[in-house]
Amino acid sequence: MANPLHQFEITTIAPIKLGGIDASFTNAGLFMVLTVITVSLFLGLSMRRKSLVPGRWQSMAELSYEFVASMVRDNVGNEGRKYFPFVFSLFMFILFGNLIGLIPYSFTFTSHIIVTFSMAIVVFLGVTIIGIVRHKLHFFSLFLPTGVPMVMAPVLIPIEILSYLSRPVSLSIRLFANMMAGHTMMKVFAGFIIPLGIIGGWAPLAVDVALTGFEFLVAFLQAYVFTILTCLYLNDAIHLH
Amino acid sequence: MNDDQSELPSEPPDPQGPGSLDDLGARLKQARQDQDTKTGRSISDKVRAPASGFGQAFRIGTELVAALIIGVGAGYLLDQWLETTPWMMVIFFFLGAAAGILNVYRAAAQMGLAGNNSQTAPTGNTVGDAGQDNNGDRP
Repeated sequence: MANPLHQFEITTIAPIKLGGIDASFTNAGLFMVLTVITVSLFLGLSMRRKSLVPGRWQSMAELSYEFVASMVRDNVGNEGRKYFPFVFSLFMFILFGNLIGLIPYSFTFTSHIIVTFSMAIVVFLGVTIIGIVRHKLHFFSLFLPTGVPMVMAPVLIPIEILSYLSRPVSLSIRLFANMMAGHTMMKVFAGFIIPLGIIGGWAPLAVDVALTGFEFLVAFLQAYVFTILTCLYLNDAIHLH
Repeated sequence: MNDDQSELPSEPPDPQGPGSLDDLGARLKQARQDQDTKTGRSISDKVRAPASGFGQAFRIGTELVAALIIGVGAGYLLDQWLETTPWMMVIFFFLGAAAGILNVYRAAAQMGLAGNNSQTAPTGNTVGDAGQDNNGDRP
């Protein structure tokens, strides 16, 4: 039976060494580049003919724009407007990365925790810096809810700090685990189809068909969850709940 | 997702030919309002992502585990630094568990599952509602 984890292997395409660090161009990098190109082409080409009453493609591009814009507006408010380009890029990058990963023989870069963790850490550091710049030292009141008796502070502050630090971890684990679990499950069931033959092979095939549909939902849902949590963290940093 | 698009051509053509932008805007707004009253949902509700029960459960799970990982990791590093093995790790295990439960409580509050609470985010209820709407769509 084929190894269901084979799909996650990183293969070097063009070896590059940067001062002792292995910075080779790998299949993960290739698919990130492909994702960026696809997103740019999708948005660029569909908005090329700017008509007042949108056609199919323009409607899709406008829908994705509206979707993220209303998400930012609802969760962050008007102050969030200037962070919209970042949030939109993040959403489109994750969404297209997930969707391109569903094409057979392609590579899903969002199924690697280092990729999702680096995106999460960028969000985390960015949000923290925005909070500190906006509120100066007052930002650290995030770690001590108002109206708490001072006796509780030595316990509560470490808990709040740990809770804050766990944000990038939970953000990255969620995306990576969802993508990896789904893809592994699909390959495991696919591995049973041929060995079970024409009689029994239909059952895993039916499961795989259902899983494929489910994976499309997960691909969209996880991009959405990652983006909406970015918005919520941004809201915390801007408004200090 | 193409529902929005299909409603546009169904608009009766303006007898005075193509109107101004304001005119079109007003007609679009009217069409959207008609649609809302017909279906009882606003366009922005339709655009919302489906938050499945699976997704919610997974979110709660990772919140708990992530805080534990951070807690134990912080305890381990402090132990290495202060040479107090294993006490910091024990303390931070419990602090991490507490932080995890705090995270879970906040996540549940955002989903509108934790009763009346000041933590409830503006989107909380809509996310929860969308989840219930779309549960049947999952295979």
